[in-house]
This record gives sequence, structure tokens and C-alpha cells, in this order.
Amino acid sequence: MDYFIELFCGGLTRGAIYALIALGYTMVYGIIGLINFAHGEIYMIGAFTAFIVATVLSIYGFPLLAIVILAGFAAVIWSSAYGYTVEKIAYKPLRHAPRLSPLISAIGMSIFLQNYVLLAQTSNFLPFPELIPEFAFMEPIAHIVGSTDIVILITTAVIMLILTVVIKGTKVGKAMRATSQDRTMAMLVGINVNRIISATFIIGSALAAIGGLLIASHIGQINFYIGFLAGIKAFTAAVLGGIGSIPGAVLGGLVLGLTESFATGYVSSDYEDVFAFSLLVLILIFKPSGLLGKAETKKV
Amino acid sequence: MNLMRSKKILAAASVLMLALSAPVAGMAGDTIKFGVAGAHSGDLASYGLPTVNAAKLVIDQVNAKGGINGKKIELLVEDDVCKPEVATNSATKLVSQGAEVVLGLICSGATKSALPIYTNANILVMSPSATNPELTYSGEYPNFFRTIAPDDMQAKVDVDFALNKLGHTKIAVIHDKGDYGKGFAEFAKSFVEKSGKAEVVLFEGVTPGAVDYSAIVQKIKKSGAQAVIFGGYHPEAAKIVGMMKKKRLKIDFLSDDGVKDDTFIKVAGADAEGVYASGPKDTTGNPLSKAAFAEHKKVFNADAGAFYENAYTAALAMVNAIEKAGSTDLAALKKALQTEKVDTPLGTIYFDDKGDAVGIGFSVYQVQNGKFVELK
Amino acid sequence: MLGFKEIKNGLLVSLWFVFLTFPLMVVKVDPVERIVSWRWENSIYVAIGTFVIYCVVKIIMQHRTGNAAVEKEAEQEKESIIHRVLASPKQKYTLIALLLAVAIAFPQFSSSYQTNVMTTALMYVVLGLGLNIVVGMAGLLDLGYVAFYAVGAYTYALLNHHFDLGFWAVLPIGGGMAAIFGILLGFMIVTIFIVNRLQDSRLGRAWIALREDEIACQAMGIDKRRTKLVAFALGAFWAGIIGVVFAAKTTFINPASFTFLESAIILAIVVLGGMGSIVGVILGALILILLPEYLRALSEYRMLAFGAILVAMMVFRPRGLISNIRRTYHSDKKFHPPIQH
Repeated sequence: MDYFIELFCGGLTRGAIYALIALGYTMVYGIIGLINFAHGEIYMIGAFTAFIVATVLSIYGFPLLAIVILAGFAAVIWSSAYGYTVEKIAYKPLRHAPRLSPLISAIGMSIFLQNYVLLAQTSNFLPFPELIPEFAFMEPIAHIVGSTDIVILITTAVIMLILTVVIKGTKVGKAMRATSQDRTMAMLVGINVNRIISATFIIGSALAAIGGLLIASHIGQINFYIGFLAGIKAFTAAVLGGIGSIPGAVLGGLVLGLTESFATGYVSSDYEDVFAFSLLVLILIFKPSGLLGKAETKKV
Repeated sequence: MNLMRSKKILAAASVLMLALSAPVAGMAGDTIKFGVAGAHSGDLASYGLPTVNAAKLVIDQVNAKGGINGKKIELLVEDDVCKPEVATNSATKLVSQGAEVVLGLICSGATKSALPIYTNANILVMSPSATNPELTYSGEYPNFFRTIAPDDMQAKVDVDFALNKLGHTKIAVIHDKGDYGKGFAEFAKSFVEKSGKAEVVLFEGVTPGAVDYSAIVQKIKKSGAQAVIFGGYHPEAAKIVGMMKKKRLKIDFLSDDGVKDDTFIKVAGADAEGVYASGPKDTTGNPLSKAAFAEHKKVFNADAGAFYENAYTAALAMVNAIEKAGSTDLAALKKALQTEKVDTPLGTIYFDDKGDAVGIGFSVYQVQNGKFVELK
Repeated sequence: MLGFKEIKNGLLVSLWFVFLTFPLMVVKVDPVERIVSWRWENSIYVAIGTFVIYCVVKIIMQHRTGNAAVEKEAEQEKESIIHRVLASPKQKYTLIALLLAVAIAFPQFSSSYQTNVMTTALMYVVLGLGLNIVVGMAGLLDLGYVAFYAVGAYTYALLNHHFDLGFWAVLPIGGGMAAIFGILLGFMIVTIFIVNRLQDSRLGRAWIALREDEIACQAMGIDKRRTKLVAFALGAFWAGIIGVVFAAKTTFINPASFTFLESAIILAIVVLGGMGSIVGVILGALILILLPEYLRALSEYRMLAFGAILVAMMVFRPRGLISNIRRTYHSDKKFHPPIQH
């Protein structure tokens, strides 16, 4: 039973991270119908910024709490700035182009950003400072679920809550929903569509930055390539949950994380990916729009 | 992975592609063309660049003394990013440029793909780092030599240490699914099973770059293993030892040469303490080794990296063989390599019939106070 | 020329990029030695670089709008030359004969390295043409195309290793194996389409960007399912064949050669060339495969430049290098929302 709980907690943590990154994919897809392949790189840049700021501050002797807050803040600011700029350079000029053109531009952007970080920093793995301390009160159950797992789960839950409030309640959220439903109509009723698209990229990038910070301090290392691998998994999670659907991304992330964890625990980690992708195919056959995706009718 | 060996493949390919059909003879010019191939860019560049530096230093010395038998040595450097398909490109490029001997190929996979091209062209290849046993054991590449011990030797050293020195009877063998890591892990598994002293309680591969390794660590814990033997490189090893500490799993961790790298200690930090890793024997007492490192520091103003000594040794052995043989003819070079002993940073060595260096071996190191310490 | 407003905007843009690149370009930390180095000079390079690029782009844009009409005409002229040559059988065969002659002569006159690079490029031409069947003609987005290529390569490797079968014997087998896998995968994907015949899901569109007028196709009585399966099988067949050639050429294969990036590059070949246009795909493959090879001179900046060129090409030629004539039917719509309801 202990073993089951251990695997369950591990799977949840992993799933929460996938969910945070998957949100960026799903929001952008919902608004402009683009698979933003550079999103994984935005996540990596968030983690790198956090790494740089945290290390500099710790060298200058700041207290841990200040380091965590400032590093998190910097990661969010710069990731959002990169997300915003990438959209302006690589996607906005292609708004009326054939559907696959922005996809190629996204792949180009992803290659560019990866190599930019590689050249500006290093190709080596770097140790990420431990930003989340081991809480003393967690010690009795630390072998099952660690402090980092708890922090990751709580942070993800809080962020989801805030995001839901923003999407459901605020003016920007309403405009976002309107734009994703019908861009032409949204424009006609006076919504500044360009600004809403930028806002979507900024929010998605900020979430990815938080994901980057959390996962990097969880596994304790970082290099320029982490975004690509995490990005592929998060994209799978978004599709699994129904791309375009925000609750779907969260559910998809958790389902994927748990599947991988149990596949490793009860079968073999050799087949971790086989299980994850078989699950994806199975779900898609029975529910082609993903777990929470709406099957929409295209009228002619 | 070892899917193909037949040379017929190459014959068929060259007929079809019209690519390699024209035989390219080494041009007998006024210099000796000395090729260097390996990963000089990309994520594995740190394994390949020290070899280029070693070659430069050795060759500059030789040229400063007037070259070999009156001929200067010219360096030809080709990058293969450690990718098999690029390695064949750089191999054909080196062959067509007239390289007479080649120092390198850094990764075993790239070496396997490029070797048939060099074998067909009768060019001597000496690797400082390709540890796949097949390369010399198979007997298919009579032109291949290396200055590093093959993988199975490493696995044997690790397993002997775990079973006889540490006295463990339950071993979990984990690898990173890669050519190098999985190969090492399979040897380790078979040595444990053959010993009759211990059992392998878990044998699994982890996905490199995964965001979290908690599930596999929990599984190791459940298997009741007393030690983990890991085949792979340092990033995954650092993640696994970190996760083991987080999950309060206190068992021995043994690994290979891919982990015996200072970057491992830098990245894993305090978690690295107590980890065992096998690596080439310590040569810090050897004056030639000291001189080679000092020279690197002086010329490049940086510390030498991975496989630098192996590469330096290989370059010295090659230069010596060319001098003794009086030509770059493969048969003459082979004879010189097998009979003439050379003093190198790795000790006094010569080569056996298969192409492996005699006098080079592995020892086990342990991280103690942030440094790898050789255990005698 | 550039007015005051453009100069001001240029300065603002370069200021923004100085801010953007600050943490990654200026700060460098050594976490073990605990040393921070501040590389302020990089900020200056970034500022100057972005300002220059901004001005160049602006000038090109002004030039473009100024000469829009002339250029459009010239473009049509250029395109029609290619299409005119291909349309007349006599000229077409002359062209093919010429190309064949070059192909045979090339290895005799150039180094084996050049030949090898060119061979790789031609392999990608075939891969691009194969994927073009799936993406450009049937309108399915296939991001796993490299899998069929791998099936071909492994078929050859295993058959050659265990049964000593030669290259020519395996060539059709490898192609056939890949085609079978293609049908299997295609079956799954097409089933997903069949499940909701008239409604196409959001998800379906994420994985498989539909060809623009699928419903019209169906209305006209085309058997969608069969057509798509055939496209998948044919595309996969070509990939399988090239897989066999690849395995025979490198003599060693491992999964590192069949990554997502490979799939992405093949897709980029199709889109960059101009979807559905065969000449375009050939051009796209030559550019995308030869580019990184000849960019080697840039050494470590090679892939950085490659990524930037990919973005720039799409931004400046969103419809590909040679847009297919068919495209003009549906590209005149001013606004083209990707999500329709």
C-alpha cells in the first residue's frame, strides 16, 4: 500500500508539472490554432533565468525567502517577455498564412532559442540551487512524499485557481474566450484581438516559467535542452486532455504523470513512454477530441 | 547496438550511391596528413575537443623538432557531432583529403558507422575513448586501435568491487537506454549472474531527460537492492542520486566512466558524496602526465578535459609508430604498434593483436569531500 | 528612406532586446566557484545588432510595398517559367536528361565528401516528396513521418544482419514494411475521422491539420477514407525505401538518427518549398539539407543561424518558395481564422 501511495504522489507531482506547461500549449492553440513548438524553450528560459538570478543572489548572501521570490519574479517577467516577443516576430506576420507555415516558424524559433541559450551560457549541465527547503515537519513521511512534491502540488493548485478566476471573471478572460470562439466576431464587437493574443502568450509563458522553476529545483540540474523534452510530454498531455481546453490540460497532465509513474512502478520504466502513448492513442480512438475537448460541428 | 557488420553493405551502398566508388589514394605529398575526428560541437563536444588539443600539442612538438623523417605533420580536423550519419560524412571527407592516419572517433556509435570507410581505405584509426568491446573483439577492423580499456573491463571492475570489496548480494542494475550505458549495464548483469555470489534484483532502463525519477527510485527501494550499478552519463546519475537522497534511500551507488567526471560532482553537489565510479587508472604520479597537463595549461590557458591523456597517449603512439615504421602503410604501422613500447602519460604501453592497449586499465574511485579518490 | 519615427521605433526595439537578453547574455555565473561575471559588452552588441536588423527589415518592407506591383508580376513570370518548362513534354525530358547527366557526372568531378552531402540532400528530396503526398495532397499533418523511415532502415539492418540479404532484395521489403505500418497508423487516424464523419474535432485538427475543403470533397462523393489510406501508405512506402538506403549508406543505425527533429525538418521541407508543389519540395530539401552542411563554416553558430533562417523564410515567404498554382483558388480570402465553427 505504501508503494502505491509513493507512486501516486510521484505521479501527481510529475503530472502537475506537465499540466503547468501544457496550459501554455492549450491556451495558444485555443486562441490562434497554432501548436507553439517554442513553448518548451520558453519554459527552459524561465528555468535558466531563475537559475541565474538565484545563484547571483545567493552569492551576494540574500536570505532564502528573498531568493525564491525574486528568482520566481524574474523568471516570470523574462519568460513572458520572450513569449510576447516570439509571437510578435514569428507568428504575427503569419496570421493569414497557410496553416502549417506558423508551425515551421515555431520549429525554427525553437531551434534558435535552444542554440541561443547554449551559446550565451553553456552546453554543460549546471546545478540548480535548492530553492525549496526540506521542512522539518515533513520528515516522518519524507520517504514517501517530499517537501518539494507538496510545494509543487500546492503551487499548481493555487495557479489553476487564479487562472480559472481570470478566465471566467475578468474582462481579459472574457475577451480571450470570445476571441477563441470566433475571432472575426470578437473583432467586430470591439475586442483588440492582437492585444488578447499577446496576453495569451504572456500568461502561458508565465505559467511555463513557474513550471520551469519548480521542476529545476526538484531535479536539481538544468541545461539548454530540458525544454524540448518536457515540451513534448506537455504537448502530449494537452492533446490527451483535449487541446484548447484549460481543465483538459490539467487533467491530461495528471493522467499522463500518473500513467508514467504506475507504468514504471508496476511494469518497467523501459515501457514508460510506450504506456503513455498507447493511452493517448486509446483515448483518441474512443474520444477523438481528447478527454475534455468538445467535439465541435463544422457547419458549411 | 550492433546491427550490422557486413562489409557487403558498404559495397552495395557505394555502387548505388556512386559515392565511394572512386578509390581515393592517400596522396604522397611532402607532409604527413594526420586526421582528427570526433564531436567538436553539440552536446558531446566536451568529450571531443580535448582530443583536438592533445593532437595539436603533440604534433607541434614533433614539427618543432623537424617532423618525422624530414616530413612535417599536417593536422586535418573534422567534426562529427558524435552522430553516426555525420561521422560517415566526415570520414569520407578525411579520406578524400588524403588523411594517412586518424586520431579519434570519440563515441562508439559514430566509430562503428565510420570505421568501414577507413578500413576500406587502409587507414589506421586510433580512438582515445570508444569503449565498445565489439570494435576490437570482432576482428572486423584490423586498422582499429584504442588507448582506453573496453566497456566489459569496466563492468567487471565495478562488479568485483561491489561483490568482493563491499560484499553485496542484491544488486539493482539501471541504465539510460543508450549504446554506452545499456552495453555497460548488460555486461554488469552478466558478470553478477556468472559470479554466483549475488543476484540482480532489478534491471531497467530510464528515459534520459525525464522530469522526475521518483518512480524508479521507489522501485529500487522496493526491490531490496543493497547497491545500484548504473550505466550511463553523469546528468542522469546526478538526478538519480539526488532523488535517492530525497526518498531516504541509503544504498551504495556504483557507476561507470561516464559518471567519473568532475561535472558530476559539481551538479550533484553534496549528493555525490560516497558515490563509486570506475575510470582509467590514476596517473597523477606519472611525470609525462604532469608535463602533458602543464603544457595544455600553458598553451590553451585552460584545464584539459575528458580523455585528454588517452588522446595524448594515442597521438604519441601513432607518431612513434610512423617514425619506426618509416611510412604510413597500415601493415608496417600495425607491426610497429604491436612491437615497439612507448612511454606515455598513461604509462609504458604497446598494443595486442586485437588493437587494445596493454598496460591500460580501470580502477574504482569514490567521491570523498568533493573529489574522486582512487581506491587501491 | 527611414523617417524619424522609424529611427525612434528602432531605438525602442533595440532597448527592448537589451532588456530581453540581459540575464542570459550579460550575466554568467559559476555556481561551484561562486563567481559572477558581467559581460556588459554583449548588451552593446545586442543593441547595435537589433537596431541594424530592424532598419534593414524596414527598408526591405518599404522597398517591397513600393515595388509590390512590379514584383508580383515578376514573380508570376518566374513561376510560370518553371511551370511552363514542366508543362511542355519536350522541355521536361530535356531537363530531366540534363539533371541525370549532372547526377552521373557529379561524383566523378567532386570530392567524395561533396557527393556524400549531395546524396543526403537527395534522400531528403525523396522523403519530402513522400511526405508531400500525405501533407500537401491529402492534407494530413504527420509529425511522426520519420518512424516509417526508421522502419525501412531497421528492416534492412535486421534482414541484412541475420539473413545476409542484399540491398536490392531488401529495398522493396523495407518499402512494403513501412507501407504496412503506414496503413496501420493511417487506419487509426482515419478511424478517428470516421467516428465523427461530419464534425471534425478540435483534436483531430491538432494532430492532423485538415486540407482546407474536406467537406466539399466528401460532398462530391470522394471516398475520404480510402484516399487517405492510400496517401498514407504511399508516403510511408517512400520513407521506407529511403530508410533502406540510409541504413545501407551509414552501415550503422541507432535511434538517435530518427528523432522528432528529423520529422520536423522533413515537414519544414514540404512547407518551405510550398505545399503540394513538387518543384518546391525539391528546392526546399536542397536548401534545408545543404544549408546546415555549408553553414559549417559558422561552426557553433550553425544551428542558431539555421533556426533564424527558418523563421525568416516563413515570415517573408509564408506560402513557401514556390507556391503551387492550385493555392490561388483559396488564398484570396482576406481573413482566414484557423478555428471555424
